Amino acid sequence: MANGKVIVIGGGLAGLMTTVKALEAGLEVELFAYGPSKRSHSACAQGGLNAAVNTMGEGDTTWEHFDDSIYGGDFLANQTPVKGMCDTAPDIVYLFDRMGTMFNRSGEGRIQVRRLGGVQYHRTVFSGATTGQQLLYTLDEQVRRFEDEGMVTRYEGWEFLSAVQDDNGVCMGITAQELTSMEIRAFKADAVVMATGGPGMMFGETTNSTLNTGYAAAQAYMQGVKYANGEFIQIHPTAIPGADKNRLMSESARGEGGRVWTYKDGKPWYFLEEWYPAYGNLVPRDVASRAIFKVCVDLGLGVDGKNMVYLDLSHKDPKELDDKLGGILEIYEKFGGQDPRKVPMKIFPAMHYSMGGLWVDFDQMTNIPGLFAAGECDYQFHGANRLGGNGMLSAIYGGLSAGKGVVGYVKNQRPSDKSAALEQEVLKQKEDFKAILQMDGSENPYAIQNELGDWMTKNVTVVRYNDRLKKTDEKLQELTERFEKIKINNHNLWCNQNAVFIRQLWGRLQLARVVTLGALARDESRGAHYKPEFIERDDENWLKTTIADYSPNGPKLSYEEVDIQYIKPRVRKYDVDKEETMHA
Amino acid sequence: MPKTVQLKIKRQEVPESQPYWEEFEVPYQKNMNVISALMEIQLKPVNVKGQATTPVVWDCSCLEEVCGACSMIINNKARQACSALVDDLEQPITLEPLTKFPVACDLMVDRQIIFDYLKRAKAWIDVDGYFFSGPGPKVSETTRRFAYDLSRCMSCGCCMEACPNFNEKSAFMGPAIIGQVRLFTLHPTGQTSKDQRLEALGGKGGIGDCGNSQNCIEICPKGLPLRRAIGEMNREVFGYKVKKWLKAD
Ligand SMILES: Cc1cc2nc3c(=O)[nH]c(=O)nc-3n(C[C@H](O)[C@H](O)[C@H](O)COP(=O)(O)OP(=O)(O)OC[C@H]3O[C@@H](n4cnc5c(N)ncnc54)[C@H](O)[C@@H]3O)c2cc1C
Repeated sequence: MANGKVIVIGGGLAGLMTTVKALEAGLEVELFAYGPSKRSHSACAQGGLNAAVNTMGEGDTTWEHFDDSIYGGDFLANQTPVKGMCDTAPDIVYLFDRMGTMFNRSGEGRIQVRRLGGVQYHRTVFSGATTGQQLLYTLDEQVRRFEDEGMVTRYEGWEFLSAVQDDNGVCMGITAQELTSMEIRAFKADAVVMATGGPGMMFGETTNSTLNTGYAAAQAYMQGVKYANGEFIQIHPTAIPGADKNRLMSESARGEGGRVWTYKDGKPWYFLEEWYPAYGNLVPRDVASRAIFKVCVDLGLGVDGKNMVYLDLSHKDPKELDDKLGGILEIYEKFGGQDPRKVPMKIFPAMHYSMGGLWVDFDQMTNIPGLFAAGECDYQFHGANRLGGNGMLSAIYGGLSAGKGVVGYVKNQRPSDKSAALEQEVLKQKEDFKAILQMDGSENPYAIQNELGDWMTKNVTVVRYNDRLKKTDEKLQELTERFEKIKINNHNLWCNQNAVFIRQLWGRLQLARVVTLGALARDESRGAHYKPEFIERDDENWLKTTIADYSPNGPKLSYEEVDIQYIKPRVRKYDVDKEETMHA
Repeated sequence: MPKTVQLKIKRQEVPESQPYWEEFEVPYQKNMNVISALMEIQLKPVNVKGQATTPVVWDCSCLEEVCGACSMIINNKARQACSALVDDLEQPITLEPLTKFPVACDLMVDRQIIFDYLKRAKAWIDVDGYFFSGPGPKVSETTRRFAYDLSRCMSCGCCMEACPNFNEKSAFMGPAIIGQVRLFTLHPTGQTSKDQRLEALGGKGGIGDCGNSQNCIEICPKGLPLRRAIGEMNREVFGYKVKKWLKAD
């Protein structure tokens, strides 16, 4: 007999780590995802994972990692969980090392490290330039090992529809739909973990995978889970714009010596190096994205007068580049048609990551008892800006914590057996789905999605103005009204991707309002949230976590204190070394 | 006249129904790939005859050729739709589902069998547990490089599609599985438990069924070193069998 049953939704790093931890403790696991784990978005992560393993003898420490993360996040992250994450990071790397992840090695056969942004140490372990893929596969293999022993069942090709609560409000399972047969079913469990990734599709143009629908988190929010710091959206400075997706050129390109420049007065101008001498090309993402925006939009100095600057690796040794960055150079070559070993790449910022997400406590449990969240869908580890290499770390560490959290939770608490809630919720979900299949208005859901993406990208990314945020929220309400008039052009009861898309779109529209209104309310600049009308960070009024509660008329915002017990907030600037800011 | 892209797509409503061809014409954009052409159909599902139709169903995720989801046959070649740039393709572009896996709908197939075979081949490292107990074994950078190349296998199914010996009638697990077994017998910890994997690869559907057509080497979108992997595994499995035979005596 198993010690209890847990449902994990998501086969990315966070979901698989949770799964393995729960299985190890003897829990039975049912793992749900859109598809096989190897297709999860985590596979896209390129640059690497941060851990102060100090294999280069620079004297790097977990405290320094912790301080960089808090400083990089502009002091908005709760410090206790971030400290836990940084302290555990080297052990996490060694665990993956034991499980067979092929990290790049030094001459001595030890794990190699490189530099990423916002940091003055070599602290990022990597596996070529496809680190996420490698870490993901490692965990997937371990889950398969348990599958072979019959301890875990995978439901791949299923969409999570809703969490189900018993009469006391305790989470007792989920409803989900199989995306081929379109069958809707309820699944009972003692606890549920959401590890469903980021909401990238809300912005249309993003570096995220198409599976980053954000639907699961939106649904949880609409069911009463608090959504925290939604307005903090990371824009990655270096992506290649594309018709279907903006492909990322990892920060590791700069970590390995890549330089960002454009022409000024006919000569190359390395503006990041000039403006930020202490960190140069390796300033954090929010800083780099704003600088590129300034160069292109304000100064009109983009390459060929367009919204583009160069990211240049052509001065580096091509053999070394292949070893350390092969995966991403291949992407530029295949999709951009040019060889980045020879010519500079053309890049521009793009939506990349959501620091905000489902509110969780330090055991990764949401405000619904028995419903946990981990990975990019939670809000826990990055404050106002995430450092490169901390994303995967937080997904893995969050998964470890959620795994432990769930094990502890099911020991003491179980949902009631008697509730009819599961059956009722299945009926409701079936009704909702039927209603979508009958939508017979005049609006095209894909056109609404495109408008949503355009508005969010134009008004709620790098630079934010209150009047435009207001207009964006009005637009979102208009889109919500138009949503009701959608016409569906596919009535099949087999593989109906269009009906599923429409359902997801509804969730995205609700969540977009959380992001937009959170940004509108926050009259300051902090990390990735930048308002020219309020350019200073305002700790007195805004050193607090935004909490959004769902209501049918839009999110209700409230605020929560931030845990700053270890490091006192100080001014964040990257033109000078970090030490100087400590004595200021 | 604005430029357009012609597509000819093999469609199938349900697994039991007959496939049929449908043609489309979508607006051209610079740098577009097959995925963005399919997205255009999704936006406006009208075929070339001007008839309203259902949008085409396909599988995709990362759109940068690391997830393996969007394999299909494009102009008679199995490959990823995301990295298939329209400018490089002759038109009309023909799109068909992979043929070695059951079709779910249109271009979407069910590749579960790949993961079942990975299970059979015990393609993982047997660690003692998921607690923290220091670093793993040291690995030389040369070994790491070969292992990394093998471990980029996305389980996309292209090699199986191209392999004449991988089909409904045969139990052959396919080239990708051989590559993964090579990977896990390479790792120092994996070596200690390699017998169980060699057993699987020496048995039914194992490496003995490889006909050495080498199609896999050519088709693999990630350029995995499959030639070397298959050669080395042939030797290892042979050695394992001899050892077993000697022991049995
Ligand atoms: C291009 C790119 C490069 C990156 N590079 C780095 C890097 O170098 N270093 C770093 O630290 N971070 C990086 N990141 C960030 C990092 O990769 C992600 O934040 C992290 O992988 C997220 O992991 P996850 O487990 O939370 O979610 P994901 O990997 O996104 O997994 C989500 C899972 O949930 C499933 N799912 C979602 N919704 C549902 C639903 N409704 N029903 C059922 N299943 C569902 C999906 O199928 C998937 O399996 C990068 C991100 C991008 C976009």
